[in-house]
Amino acid sequence: MFIGFLFALKQAGLPVSLQEFLTLLGAVERNLAEFDVDHFYFLARATLVKDERHIDRFDRVFGEVFKGLERPAAEGEDPGDRLAELPEEWLRRLAERFLSEEEKAQVEALGGWDTLMETLRRRLAEQQGRHQGGSKWIGTAGTSPFGAYGYNPEGVRIGQDRSRHRRAVKVWDRREFRNFDDQIELGTRSMQLALRRLRRFARDGTAKELDLPGTIDGTARQGGWLDLHWRAERRNAINVLLFLDVGGSMDDHVQAVEELFSAARSAFKSLHAYYFHNCPYDGVWVDNRRRHTERVATLDLLHTHGPQTRAIFVGDAAMSPYEIAVPGGAVEEWNEEAGAVWLKRLADHFPRCVWLNPIRRDAWPYYRSIGMVAEILEGRMFPLSLDGIDHAVAALAR
Amino acid sequence: MTARFAGTDGYVATDDLSVAVNAAITLERPLLVKGEPGTGKTVLAREVAQSIGAPLIEWHIKSTTRAQQGLYEYDAVARLRDGQLGDARVHDIANYIVRGKLWDAFISPVRPVLLIDEIDKADIEFPNDLLLELDRMEFHVYETQERVTAANRPVVIITSNNEKDLPDAFLRRCFFHFIRFPDPDTMASIVEVHFPGLKQALLSAALGVFYEVREVPGLKKRPSTSELLDWIKLLLAEDVPPEVLRARDGRTAIPPLYGALLKNEQDVQAFERLAFINRRGQR
Repeated sequence: MFIGFLFALKQAGLPVSLQEFLTLLGAVERNLAEFDVDHFYFLARATLVKDERHIDRFDRVFGEVFKGLERPAAEGEDPGDRLAELPEEWLRRLAERFLSEEEKAQVEALGGWDTLMETLRRRLAEQQGRHQGGSKWIGTAGTSPFGAYGYNPEGVRIGQDRSRHRRAVKVWDRREFRNFDDQIELGTRSMQLALRRLRRFARDGTAKELDLPGTIDGTARQGGWLDLHWRAERRNAINVLLFLDVGGSMDDHVQAVEELFSAARSAFKSLHAYYFHNCPYDGVWVDNRRRHTERVATLDLLHTHGPQTRAIFVGDAAMSPYEIAVPGGAVEEWNEEAGAVWLKRLADHFPRCVWLNPIRRDAWPYYRSIGMVAEILEGRMFPLSLDGIDHAVAALAR
Repeated sequence: MTARFAGTDGYVATDDLSVAVNAAITLERPLLVKGEPGTGKTVLAREVAQSIGAPLIEWHIKSTTRAQQGLYEYDAVARLRDGQLGDARVHDIANYIVRGKLWDAFISPVRPVLLIDEIDKADIEFPNDLLLELDRMEFHVYETQERVTAANRPVVIITSNNEKDLPDAFLRRCFFHFIRFPDPDTMASIVEVHFPGLKQALLSAALGVFYEVREVPGLKKRPSTSELLDWIKLLLAEDVPPEVLRARDGRTAIPPLYGALLKNEQDVQAFERLAFINRRGQR
């Protein structure tokens, strides 16, 4: 029963286990699905999917496997009928709210609003065909004319405009969870577990924890009269400075960097994050929106944080070699001293530092700047993968 | 057949939520609930308890909570003190075992609903430490060599705000439900439940403004169901007529009493800036 469904889910890369599948069968046996396809869908989703990011993929597999279960009316239906339902008026309204004047001009340049709408309709038609459409829609914001303008006509809102009973499309066909789907390979959890190894516990602060060995010892010395001893709680005493490269070529890696950032933030009590562009020079910044007005002098950081501090640079180090080697080579400011000088200064001051690079290791030889940065850091550059983080943490812990 | 859950007078449950809750009740497995803050995750446990007529035991998790605290704690200091004072209680170690929430749930004479609230707040290993206890619904008390087994397997509802990922082994044992943000129709019925007889005009005007605010790009914390209910409460208290909400010209581009909807200084600023731009565009 439903064995094909299980394997289809597995094939789609959903982490479904035999145990969960047996639970689903048990639930069906207990008549929780009530011989109703919608209820069976809800039940299967609650049993087999444990992460909202996977719901969209689940919906697609469910749609394909159980196509035969659709109500017969759907067969005789002309796909054009469904297209007619698309309220163009509010699509336009939605777009206007999100597009700036400049972008609207770009829309005109692409053949005008109507052409764009026509493409959109065609896309939606394919989407409802369910087989071919999927990949065109998801994750290709760079190539689709819709994604390029930063609004999301395929998003949740299309489904929300009407109540479900009046819609011809089945629940799983609405695919309301597609915004959550992103094939993340490094979960935050695995990163946190890797970063955990960097913990160094020390007792610090007010004494509010009972020191049992001390109390026993003290009580014994007093001849049996209770002598309570207290001590401070154990805390993670490690200080971490995180330097994140933003903008330019780093845009492709935002997801991985965000994951790392959120994992690091919950792993360390004392974490300071600063941003730089391509290579750190005499100033870094805390807030990207105020990068040009509010800067933190790199020298101040060197004076504030001692050599015990761990420094983690995150960046692709893909830039022009001049940005590293030559004074004045920076792309968006005038730097008195070359990037190499600043990097060396940071690496000397923080002996425990690493550089995490989101570019895959086998592509590193193609960038000269990566080799230069790795050389300044004495080879402590690691790929931003689970394995790379493991090695980086080992290097930091030394 | 067991009692079934299908929403209550005070709570609107969508179909998929009821299916998930009923599966968890029937198969006696924990239900993990995630969703945007303010969409009624914690309230769900209370409503389930009320609807199947079971007592509710709440265990709120903090960053310092350990799994052992849910089972029991041995109050060694109290025993030491009693020993000093020569209290007779000191001879029985069972007097110093303090029961945790899980123990309470296990020995409850009728089947209770156990809410483990915001499990992601605790340490990353916390869910793993509860695997066996939630699976077999029993645990061993080392100090008294006693085995505590659930008389009636409680209905366990766990909420998470996604601050940390949960381990796979833990997830495999749960049912999962993600509370989506309600669509306008569902939202209207939720408001109807909380403010019965609300004038249709005010309701649709308020919902219109609310969804508009939610769609303002770049908000840090978008207002959710609980903020909407608070805001409507304020609108009713201030007796704001629906026309004021609907008039979207010049001066009233910012909705009245917006403090209930936007909780973040930067969001308010972003919103005001947008309203200002709109106003200029209208001239």
